[in-house]
Amino acid sequence: MADTLSFLSGFNPAFALIVGGLITLALPNHAARKAIMIAAPILGLVAWFAVSEPGIYGLVELGPLTLETFRFDNLSRVWALVFLIASFLNGIYSIHDRSRWSDAASLVYAGSAVGAVFAGDLITLFFFWELTALASAPLIFAVGGAVSRRAGLRYLALQVLSGVLLLGGAALWYGQTGSWSFGGLGETSVFDLSGPAGWMLLAGIGIKAAFPLMHMWLPDAYPKASAFGAVVLSAFTTKMAIYALARGFAGEEILITIGLVMAVFPVFYAIVSNDLRQTLAYALINQLGFMTVAVGVGSELALNGAAANAFVGVLYMALFFMVMGAVLKRTGTVKATELGGLFKSMPISGLFAVIAGASVIGVPLFSGFVAKTLILSAVHYEHLTIAYFVLIFASAGVMELTALKVPYFAFFGEDRGHRVAEASTGQLVAMGITAFLCLYVGVNYQALYDLLPFATDYKPYKLESVVGQLQIVGAGLLAFALLLWMKLFPLKADRTVIDADWIYRYFGDAVARWGTAMARIVVQWSEGLLGAGFQGLGRKLHNLFSPGGTLSRDFPSGLMALWTAILLAGVLLVAYFSPA
Amino acid sequence: MTDAYFLPAAIVAHAPALLVAVPLILSTVAAAIPSGRAAWGLAFVSAMVALLCAIELFLGTRGEYAIISYAMGGWEPPYGIEFRIDGLNAALLLLLSSTGLLALLFALPSVADEIDKRKQSLFYAAFLLCFAGLSGVAATGDAFNLFVFLEISSIGTYAIIAMGHQNDRRALTASFNYLVMGTIGATFFVIGIGFLYMATGTLNMADIAQTIAAQPGNRVVEVGFAFILVGVGLKAALFPLHLWLPNAYAFAPNFVTTFLAATATKVAFYVIIRFSFDVFSIDSGFVQNTLTYVVTPLAISGMIVASLQALFQSDARRLLAYSSVAQVGYMLLGLGMATAAGVAAGSLHLLNHALMKGALFMALGAFAYCYGVRRIDDLKGLGQAMPFTSAAFTIGALSLIGVPFTAGFVSKFYLIQAALDNDWWWAVVAILAASVLAVFYCYRMLVTIWVNPAPTEGLLPNGHIRKVPLLITVPLWVLALANLYFGTNAGFMVDMAQTAAQAAINGGVS
Repeated sequence: MADTLSFLSGFNPAFALIVGGLITLALPNHAARKAIMIAAPILGLVAWFAVSEPGIYGLVELGPLTLETFRFDNLSRVWALVFLIASFLNGIYSIHDRSRWSDAASLVYAGSAVGAVFAGDLITLFFFWELTALASAPLIFAVGGAVSRRAGLRYLALQVLSGVLLLGGAALWYGQTGSWSFGGLGETSVFDLSGPAGWMLLAGIGIKAAFPLMHMWLPDAYPKASAFGAVVLSAFTTKMAIYALARGFAGEEILITIGLVMAVFPVFYAIVSNDLRQTLAYALINQLGFMTVAVGVGSELALNGAAANAFVGVLYMALFFMVMGAVLKRTGTVKATELGGLFKSMPISGLFAVIAGASVIGVPLFSGFVAKTLILSAVHYEHLTIAYFVLIFASAGVMELTALKVPYFAFFGEDRGHRVAEASTGQLVAMGITAFLCLYVGVNYQALYDLLPFATDYKPYKLESVVGQLQIVGAGLLAFALLLWMKLFPLKADRTVIDADWIYRYFGDAVARWGTAMARIVVQWSEGLLGAGFQGLGRKLHNLFSPGGTLSRDFPSGLMALWTAILLAGVLLVAYFSPA
Repeated sequence: MTDAYFLPAAIVAHAPALLVAVPLILSTVAAAIPSGRAAWGLAFVSAMVALLCAIELFLGTRGEYAIISYAMGGWEPPYGIEFRIDGLNAALLLLLSSTGLLALLFALPSVADEIDKRKQSLFYAAFLLCFAGLSGVAATGDAFNLFVFLEISSIGTYAIIAMGHQNDRRALTASFNYLVMGTIGATFFVIGIGFLYMATGTLNMADIAQTIAAQPGNRVVEVGFAFILVGVGLKAALFPLHLWLPNAYAFAPNFVTTFLAATATKVAFYVIIRFSFDVFSIDSGFVQNTLTYVVTPLAISGMIVASLQALFQSDARRLLAYSSVAQVGYMLLGLGMATAAGVAAGSLHLLNHALMKGALFMALGAFAYCYGVRRIDDLKGLGQAMPFTSAAFTIGALSLIGVPFTAGFVSKFYLIQAALDNDWWWAVVAILAASVLAVFYCYRMLVTIWVNPAPTEGLLPNGHIRKVPLLITVPLWVLALANLYFGTNAGFMVDMAQTAAQAAINGGVS
């Protein structure tokens, strides 16, 4: 295969997506746009397969810099592949959607995520990093209305901040080491935390990886995106950040702690949140926690686990968001209190929701199992006992609660009388392929393991793993049943979950408003003062020089003549006091 | 004299003079003939001649310390007038004539649209005066001659700005303001020259340099420097002496704005470099201190304040005009560093800025030509109505922001590197802050252009819509693609700028 495609070797798949996205932006024809939405990821996939061996391709000379835009190695290829697959699935899923902006944004966004993963130097990384921020924001704005606009702006602000931190860290790193490189072929743990550069880079990456207290953008923005938008958003940004962590900080022990917190704290929010897509957003953070722990452990097995989890995570979270998107499209809501009994109307979607749930939980034969056991084993082998048990708890608690809650309240549970049509064909096809992949990876796990960064002969289906996992599943089911029995589920009232995001939602918002108001006052005040100061001198000249007063709001020449004199005086003074 | 490269040797021997003389002489012819098209032809021919001469001179100055000295009328310097071309002004002449030529292509449809038929030939005559004057300023090696050319170019400029976009009356006041300010600037400049003449008894710039070097601590020289810096600073739109610029750019005919934005402030900037480095010595304390304590703070305040002002404009050309003031700040910041790297970065930004602003103003000209729009709000939906022009505009805007793979990135990168070499981290902060502001004001325009449905009718009289003429599309895309090309293959431009900086630094003593 690689031989016949050799002419495409070294062609960066990111460009296929980005160029495709730009073309869709200009195309008025719906069918043509959709064709590109599907063709561009396919071209990207072909280009991915065309690379015969790892290497650094796509060198761009930029003045004194040489940018490595296409580093294809054991680490980057896994992420790139799943991003390309996700982009392809998105194309199918959105086939009936008529938003040109979402189409273009989703392609450019996916392309920039692929580009970031392939970036071999920090400048390229920063470029694509910021591009993901800019290209993903329209997916939230596309909904329209004040709520999504403000959520989108909050999202954009944090994402751009992440890029700025990354750039700042990169510059400091350059100052420290004299190199813009983001590691060579196959290199991990490029950075260290010995100086401010490393911390700044970690903060920049941490925002996108939804580290605790930096995570608020995720459950804030994702539920407010459009049905299709949330599907796209769930795939790229956070996984890209996990990649950057694995590349830059593998084996940093602090990541284990951070990851454990991420894996556990969403439990409360996942239970109380009434918005099922928000519940999914918290579940996503929980999974990111697993991956962050794996990166923190840093052994080959652990990094394999992080990569495998990222791979299957993209797929099953996409499947979940696809199902909820279909529900949102049909019923107009994703609130737990307003849904229920949909299985009668949407049986196929319901089935897919169950498959997604089983994958998330890690039921044997589903994709989550083969990935999660890698991480659990890696933690176990390193004798990190506390971490191991926290992860077990997180699996039983968070993962399952969310994975059971979403299908249960949407498709089963109390019937709320929604009688709607099944999801549209395009959506069903996309969900079907994704569900198939979830199952396929779970059964034919070797296909996934062959892709992982390091060669492995790990066997997931060992008796103790299977039994252990089944125990976790059982514990989770018990907890879920208990909550139902205690009538903690479903919540009676719709409530806004106040998370750490109040810091910027309320406080930040207030500061911004206050700042704007103050700035306006200061400007008015200083304008008035300046105006009064120059009035006497300026009026005569002004009347002279601007007949008709058309330029009355502009500066009179006299003011500028004055500036000239002031400047002359300044230069003379400086010159006078200078040594010869 | 160096060897000829492709023109006949007899012409090459007089290339520096022809560069200026041809447009100057043809301007009188253009004024005499009634047909606007014929006048345009003359202007085009002279720009072509100028470009050929400039290329020839440019190639001739590629060698190490290569200087072409031309004695006007056979009167040997320092008594006669000398034209003196080195790496610095050769690059400028090349820029001047090539953007002049591209702008002239754009002029044919644009000027025919905006200027009264009976005035077109006079318009081109005035333009040729301006063009010749600018070339003269760049080429001459004689201080007083430089003043004369400065005035020639200024007078031409006042006239063509006053013509106004679609007979806009506000152009008259804008031009009059500029005239008053420009005259103050020129007066300051000539006073400065007077002081220098008093102190040295010569007007030849190289000669002045040698004489000054022999008398350190002479206060008269310092006063002369102050007057010259402020006078030319006004022409270069050095903040806060930029007040003439926004209105002049906003109300002038589109072609004039395009041409001036790409050339006029650049020439003045060149004069500042030439005087700071070659006539005065950069090693003398007063030059160095002035650059550090006067020029640099002004450059930085210009970058920030003008960018902020750009943010709040409603007229697209005014917005870009304020952005030009900010960009002059970048260049002056490079100069203010007073190092070879800084001057090279400033010169590089000068060249690149001409490319981006040329493309941007030309695209705005195309919008005005087709839809009659000028305000930012009226740009709505032009992305769908005029995708190719809008794409070129977008490239220009991205370059203005400094997005990687565009020319703007390269020059900002060098600027930041030069600042870091000086340990001026606060300058880096200022550059980044101003770039962020640039993101905002460009974003504003780009979103308006792209995120709206195409307008159904234009703002031209009776809702008419016109197609983009080829003569606008071609030069526009040449400039836009140049932005991309020099963004990825910066070698040529960087070489040019570094040679220029080297020439500036070596020039004084030779």
